[in-house]
Amino acid sequence: MDKPRVKVPKKVKAGEPFEVKVLISHKMESGQRVDEATGQKIPRMIINRFEARLDGELVFSATLYPAVSANPYLAFHVVAEKSGELSFKWLDDSGDTATATAKVAVG
Amino acid sequence: MRMLPRPALVAGLLVAGIGWAVAGEWGAYEVDGRRSGYTYAAAETRAMQDDEFENAGLLWVEKGAELWSQADGAEGQSCQDCHGDATESMRGVGARYPVYAEERGKLINIEQRINQCRSERMQAEPWRWESEPLLALTTYVRHQSHGMAVSPVIDGPAAPFFEQGKTFYTTRRGQLDLACVHCHEMNSGNMLRAQRLSQGMSNGFPTYRLKWQGVGSLHRRIRGCNEDVRAEPYAPGSDEYVNVELYLAWRARGLPVETPAVRN
Amino acid sequence: MPEPVSHCRGLTRRRLLEQALAACGCLAAGLAFADDAARAAAAQAAIDAIVGDRGVADGELELTTPAIAENGNTVPIAVAAGGRFRGDTYVKAIHVFAVENPTPEVVSFHFTPQSGLAQVSTRIRLAKTQQVVAIAELSDGQVWRTANEVKVTIGGCGG
Repeated sequence: MDKPRVKVPKKVKAGEPFEVKVLISHKMESGQRVDEATGQKIPRMIINRFEARLDGELVFSATLYPAVSANPYLAFHVVAEKSGELSFKWLDDSGDTATATAKVAVG
Repeated sequence: MRMLPRPALVAGLLVAGIGWAVAGEWGAYEVDGRRSGYTYAAAETRAMQDDEFENAGLLWVEKGAELWSQADGAEGQSCQDCHGDATESMRGVGARYPVYAEERGKLINIEQRINQCRSERMQAEPWRWESEPLLALTTYVRHQSHGMAVSPVIDGPAAPFFEQGKTFYTTRRGQLDLACVHCHEMNSGNMLRAQRLSQGMSNGFPTYRLKWQGVGSLHRRIRGCNEDVRAEPYAPGSDEYVNVELYLAWRARGLPVETPAVRN
Repeated sequence: MPEPVSHCRGLTRRRLLEQALAACGCLAAGLAFADDAARAAAAQAAIDAIVGDRGVADGELELTTPAIAENGNTVPIAVAAGGRFRGDTYVKAIHVFAVENPTPEVVSFHFTPQSGLAQVSTRIRLAKTQQVVAIAELSDGQVWRTANEVKVTIGGCGG
């Protein structure tokens, strides 16, 4: 999978939820489209899981189904009490994964 | 209550009215009545384009930035080796192209210029039209002119090709026997099924189309339009389409380059 | 000259054709109705599987969707349940369903106390005009539900 985009605020307040945005390039092939040449349905191939961890602890996750748009975009919230590192993981139907990290600066 | 003297009130309203009319409700996205596709899009779609993070077309710009600095071909050169920092060297390219290329004796657009560099200077395989790398690099290059006014040159050696593009635009084609003008000039602003017809401006291409769920080229869009009137489309990169690309650029003159735009 | 007599009393070729067409029409309409009914049933089953036998309330669940989707491929939505997590109670999950999509599940968001807020935005696909349903599950067993209709249109010349 291609390198994801991640957006985390430069500075966050301890204990205050802040918004994290992620975007990754993926066709999210739903399994409903029909190949015009063969008349066969194009097999499903989607990102089915997203996880966000703060210093290794799971803080937010999502289970995605074919009805999520291509190039999946997610904006969610996290709370941090101290500076640390967010790590993100995307998993698709083939077992392929993509990861990204972002520093959280509590100030 | 003391009222403003009538002449002052009228003058004030007149100035405000003219000011509003000149500024226009669409700001930079409308010039002399020529409107960007941005002005026909739903609020959510415009918001997606305007957000520097949410604009999915920027994924292609990032990919293009990577390709810019990657060596390719027998010469072992990358774009960067000759052209340096794209934010400087490529600025304005997206606002001017397509241009007349003397060595070809005809117009050349950005995709063709990229492939010309690849095959003639980098000794690399040219990229297939609408392939991911060509789309990404074209989007990246045109993005460097983001916000600049579209300003094509249509005189001098480019003139005859401009005229051919103009003829194409006004020629009926297909089983539906329609020319581009019928929808995009004579009926812009009207509804076609549940969608409002735009003026068919090209200032946002390559564009992230919600329908394609990805970035696509102007020539892909024109092919779609031709198919929609049940006409046999031309090949992407054909002389016909590059000529009409210049005419479209002239129609969009003054509008800002929005690449990558987000459209339906 | 005597009137020609039909050998199939009451069932002329014309009537046979008429009846066959009517049957086909009913069948087609019936099949379409059956498709819609099947999808609605599948959606309800998926929602029931989450809710179980818990009572459902409106609660403080907000679902933001456009009234008309410019394109069914990319419909921006946002969900927000309750406010800032306080004490031990927090929103565990929000599930989104599109009741007339080929399959009803769209996305499930799972929160932890470290999420701080159960507020998420994403972009989804809707096959046609339909209800989008959001179900929130709270850590104390409450279940909240809300739904919006989103119109999905066929645009332009199909291009």
